[in-house]
Order: sequence, then C-alpha cells, then structure tokens
Amino acid sequence: MARLKLKKLEEYLQSVDGFEQPKILLEQYPTPPHIAACMVHHMQAQHEDIEGKLVGDLGCGCGMLSIAATLLGAQLTVGFELDGDAVDTFRGNVVDMELPNVDCVRADVLQLSGSKWEKIFDTVVMNPPFGTKHNAGMDMRFLEVALRLANRAVYSLHKTSTRAYIQKKSQEWGARGSVVAELRYNIEASYKFHKHKSKDIEVDFWRFDISKDK
Amino acid sequence: MKLSTYNFLTSMAIKGVKVGFPLKLTINKKEVVETEFNPTFVERLLPKLDWSAIYGAAQVNPSDMRQKMSFQAELTEDIPAVQPENIGENEALLQKLHHLLFEIDVLEGQLECPETGRVFPITDGIPNMLLNEDEV
Repeated sequence: MARLKLKKLEEYLQSVDGFEQPKILLEQYPTPPHIAACMVHHMQAQHEDIEGKLVGDLGCGCGMLSIAATLLGAQLTVGFELDGDAVDTFRGNVVDMELPNVDCVRADVLQLSGSKWEKIFDTVVMNPPFGTKHNAGMDMRFLEVALRLANRAVYSLHKTSTRAYIQKKSQEWGARGSVVAELRYNIEASYKFHKHKSKDIEVDFWRFDISKDK
Repeated sequence: MKLSTYNFLTSMAIKGVKVGFPLKLTINKKEVVETEFNPTFVERLLPKLDWSAIYGAAQVNPSDMRQKMSFQAELTEDIPAVQPENIGENEALLQKLHHLLFEIDVLEGQLECPETGRVFPITDGIPNMLLNEDEV
C-alpha cells in the first residue's frame, strides 16, 4: 500500500523546481513529475521498498526522486550530487516543501564505492546520466556503485537499446534485474543542439533485486 | 546535514588517506527539525553506525554562543560513551538517538580530515565532499 494516491503524488511533485540552467556535460535532464511519481509509487505499492526505509538517490539533481520517496514515507532519504547549483535547488525544494527527513551531500557518486555507505541503503533510486554525450558508460558506473550501496533493491532508468548489456552486467554484479516498464522519456529541448522542440527516447525502468533471499 | 549522514562521511577518497574517519565536526549553526520517531528504524540503523562517532558528535558544541546552552542540554546528556547492550529495549535512549541522528540539522560548519587537516565546508545544510583533481 502507498500512503498517497499516484495522482496526488504527481500533483505534489509538480511544485519541485528543476535545473535553472541545465549543464550539458553532466547530462542534466530533469525527471518529469509524472515519471517520478509512477516510479516511486510502483516501488512502494509493489515491493514496499519505500515506506519506513532508508533511501539513497544517486545523482539526485534537484531532488525529484528523493522528494517523491519522502512523500511516500521513506524514513530518511540521502541524495548525492556533484553539481553545486543542483544541490542548492535541492535544498530549496526540501525547505519549501517542509520535508524534514531528506539530506543532501555534494559528492562524486563514483567515489562512493568502498566508502562507509556500502550496504547502508535499503533502496537506492536513480535517474543516472545515460552516458550518451561525452561520458559513455556513465550510467553503468552509477549502477555498479548503486548495487554496492544498497542492501535490498536498486531502481534505475537506462536506455532501452542497452537492455541486453545491462542484464548481463547486473548479473555479473550479483543482482537479479528485471525491466518493470518501458517509458517514452520526453527530453525537452533544454539544449541548443536539439533540433526538435522535444524528443522522445525509449527508456527502461529497472528493478534490481539484491536481497539475500531468492 | 543530519548527524546520521555525518556518521557515514569520510575523507578516504583523498590520496594517501587511510581511514579518514571520523571527520572532526565543527558546528557554527544548526536547527532542530522534528521528525516522526520510528524505534525500529533507529534500532535497525544502529549496527551500521560507529558509536564513538555518534558519541563524539553529541559532544560537539556549536561555536555560536547563543546556541550553546540549548545544544548542550539537548545533546551531551545521557548518551553513554559506550554502546549499551539491549538497546532495543531502551525506548528512552532510542528516542534520544533519534533526536541526535535525525532531528539536528547542521546548517553551517565544517568537517576536517583527521589525517590531512583538509576542510570540507558545510554550507546551507549541505556538506561539500568534492575533491580537486590533484587530491585524489
């Protein structure tokens, strides 16, 4: 059971501020409220991975997924983000929405492997950089870190075109991955080089089970 | 930054640093935010925490004199130096730990690497753990 109806959750998420000036090198595409609401609602309603849980959000940006998790009852959420402007917006969102149990750390996600954060989070959520611009494979590096920081489940978005590869790699990393849904992710023309006003890309919503019981 | 988060932060990503924990915490400004007490959650988190770092954090006095009095009354009281056994049955202590770990929000201050002295600032509630390229 989820404490908020999907529609209500999405409504709340509409008020989350996004990137003021998205940075192309960091692939700062915001997670749309509709997608964030559907993702986190699924995590709670189908798997009870949110309510009362310790949740990590890697590359949290302005906090859309962190805030969604908190609204659905995560006991504590910690977001990690490299970009200083994004963490400022994150903090602003959390203060505006008066959410007392969300924390944010400015850090390089790739440096969290081998840290004290390993196995700490019940659930890790993320909308990683898809690794399509100047940082090929970035989403896989995020995933590898996420699987080490969680002790129960990891949820992530990846381009559908990389599905077979992700299935293979996640198995190697000891996770049981499954595609929850195929999304059409609408990337608005936030950057000048986008010729079209907006462009849909096909994205898989994954759940990786890393709990010990099979 | 909550003190629960503080408990997991290290400076081990710095080149040459072996442990990088616990970081020396300085609090210049903090606030207290009430959150829902969930004893099971606190109990479940405890084995993942470093008790000496929790205890150390409870001894930190904010540099701001105006906050000093209330902070001491809130924190240093009753957090034992050594983790007691059967903590799950001690609801009063769990409540205090809940307050210490989740309800204290450090707004301004710093974290200092115990081995190199490198300072990580805490600004507007967010610790900045980023390192320069020549430090890693």
